[in-house]
Amino acid sequence: MATYIVRRILWGIVLTILVSALTFLFFNILPSADPAVLRAGRNSSPATIEHIRVELGLNKPVYTQFFTYMKNIILHWNFGYSFYSGASVTSLIKDRLPATLSLTLGAAVLWLLIGVPIGIISAIKRGSAVDRGAMAGALAGVSFPDFWLGLLVLFLFANDIGRFKIFPGAGSYVGLTVSPVHWFTSLLLPWFVLASTSAAVYSRVLRGSLIESMGEDYIRTARAKGLTERRVIWRHGVRSAVTPVLTILGLDIGALLGGAVIAETVFDIPGIGRLNYQAIVSSDFPIVQGTVILAALFIVIANIVVDIMYAYLDPRVRYS
Amino acid sequence: MSTPLFSVDDLRVSFRTLDGVVHAVDGISYAVEAGKTLGIVGESGSGKTVSSLTALGLTRSDNTTIKGSITFDGQDMVTLADDKLRAVRGNDMAMIFQDPLSALHPFYRVGWQLVEAMRAHQSISKSAARTRAAELLDLVGIPDPKRRIDQYPHEFSGGMRQRAMIAMALSNEPKLLIADEPTTALDVTVQAQILALLQDLQERLGTAIIIITHDLGVVAQIADDICVMYAGRIVERGSTEDIFHAPQHPYTWGLLRSIPRLDNPRDEELMPISGRPPSLINRPSGCHFHPRCPYVRDAHKRVDPKLAAVDGSAEHVVACLLESSVRSRIWDGIQSGRDADSLQRMAASSPEPAVPPELANAPESEGTDIEPSEEGVTESERHGQHGPMGPVDEVDHRLTRNERSGDVITGPEDT
Repeated sequence: MATYIVRRILWGIVLTILVSALTFLFFNILPSADPAVLRAGRNSSPATIEHIRVELGLNKPVYTQFFTYMKNIILHWNFGYSFYSGASVTSLIKDRLPATLSLTLGAAVLWLLIGVPIGIISAIKRGSAVDRGAMAGALAGVSFPDFWLGLLVLFLFANDIGRFKIFPGAGSYVGLTVSPVHWFTSLLLPWFVLASTSAAVYSRVLRGSLIESMGEDYIRTARAKGLTERRVIWRHGVRSAVTPVLTILGLDIGALLGGAVIAETVFDIPGIGRLNYQAIVSSDFPIVQGTVILAALFIVIANIVVDIMYAYLDPRVRYS
Repeated sequence: MSTPLFSVDDLRVSFRTLDGVVHAVDGISYAVEAGKTLGIVGESGSGKTVSSLTALGLTRSDNTTIKGSITFDGQDMVTLADDKLRAVRGNDMAMIFQDPLSALHPFYRVGWQLVEAMRAHQSISKSAARTRAAELLDLVGIPDPKRRIDQYPHEFSGGMRQRAMIAMALSNEPKLLIADEPTTALDVTVQAQILALLQDLQERLGTAIIIITHDLGVVAQIADDICVMYAGRIVERGSTEDIFHAPQHPYTWGLLRSIPRLDNPRDEELMPISGRPPSLINRPSGCHFHPRCPYVRDAHKRVDPKLAAVDGSAEHVVACLLESSVRSRIWDGIQSGRDADSLQRMAASSPEPAVPPELANAPESEGTDIEPSEEGVTESERHGQHGPMGPVDEVDHRLTRNERSGDVITGPEDT
């Protein structure tokens, strides 16, 4: 088991380096605005632009740039500086990460709290009105686009522009340490938007998974043992059914931690997703590279965690 | 004669499905005495498992209609309330199933599952239950039980898993153990060991056993009495002696003659039973066996035979319209190796039986064969094990199918 984990970690590192190399390549090959021009501002002279290019190291060959870049990361933990503002990428990311973490983890809690019970009840009462209603609701939740739902809830419930002024609107995010209460209330609408799609997906997945587990032979054995139906459903059925759901959860959180761009934009939350988007638009390459590596890292870690979790949950996997 | 421990009386169980009503069990009666073994034999789709599942209340659902009575230890299991039923299940009456790998939960250790079975019915501490679990594994012949209770089912071999299931079923000292095809998923050598184990346990603990199987060889070894089932009915019932030495029903003959025997000449042909089991939704008219019976007469397509005593025996009954003298001659002929054609001619030469006037214009039908369907396919089947599907597939799939004909080869197994 230990060798397995070590191997996965090493492979994860290789993958991350590969991802950053690819990003480097794309940025240099694909047409994009010249960062030197952007930085130089309007009506700048070619000399200024050239000077900036040298300063930023953009005149060197691509592979040299990449090598220098990697060296800085590995030896100095230096992810470079924004072409635009000169701020260090690490500090920018550090600033923005808490918001993304709050958004992602809070949404995950919410979608689990909604999706899991609905999935289980739908499976148990399969075919009933409750089941059909829940699955119809799930279909709706999955179908609503994030940005549309986000704007809708803002227009309905935001306390600045909404019809029913209940929740704080866009741009009201504050850090947890600044004011826990405001932090919490400002995230309610964004959590709801992010969670609605996922809750729908999770309830459907769990429903299917539980229906399948309840059809297994060991359920019949459990009933034949004289166990209460509640115990049969939870200890025998749900216990098997959650395994695929938990693995999806790990991957979803891993992906979301890379930044939920749409939600962050609609609600004006200063997170990684928005940082990344703004950097792309302004060809601020070091930031893009930094956020991409971060996102890749999150996904790699999520995959490893999910694999370990699966082995913990399903003993049959441990010996392969 | 003492009251039997377990008796089924005119039980009828039908399931309402999308394809129609499945008459899984259509008026069967049998009994088991304390400490004895009853074998229920039949093909896939004969309904042999349904009566046992019904006794445990495992067929109850909105789409199921159950009529008749099942009496266990003085209580009627058909009308018993759910909570009282649960108190009996796994306690005084226990059941083991066919494929022990899928029947045990893969995520929990074997010892834990035994402890769960015990704590469901006894007030016993976890540690005492663990000790008892190790004792039970030892009782069923699993070596190194203290280490084994902390292992998972996939770490056991097939034979050991079945032993563990038997141990779990016995953990609350049941008066009746129902074994549904316990050896079908196992190697032949392991099969013999499991059967010997069951016999041994019966001697030691006095448990009555019902063994459900398609394999007459299995019942020959351990059953005191046998019921032969076909299309949801009992077609013949008697002691093991009676069934093997003086079988009366053509279906029973077919079963007996389709077993390959080492002491017969190598090139002697087996006499298989032609055709397939009928669908229990659309059964043949008259005698349900008539489409497959080599000795069928016109009357048999309209008249439904009832179980009647065989001459000279109170306990041996058969449901067949052939005259008993004709049957004896056919059986003698089969045993002495006469070929199928001459036997059929002999049977056809006896006088045509009369059809009662009220049935003179009854419609004749051969019924339909079972359609293999995906409904109710259990996990082990999804993984590619073989065997024709039974009509219980057409049932709400929460009732998982566990009837099969033919042995499944799972690969080399050690005990």
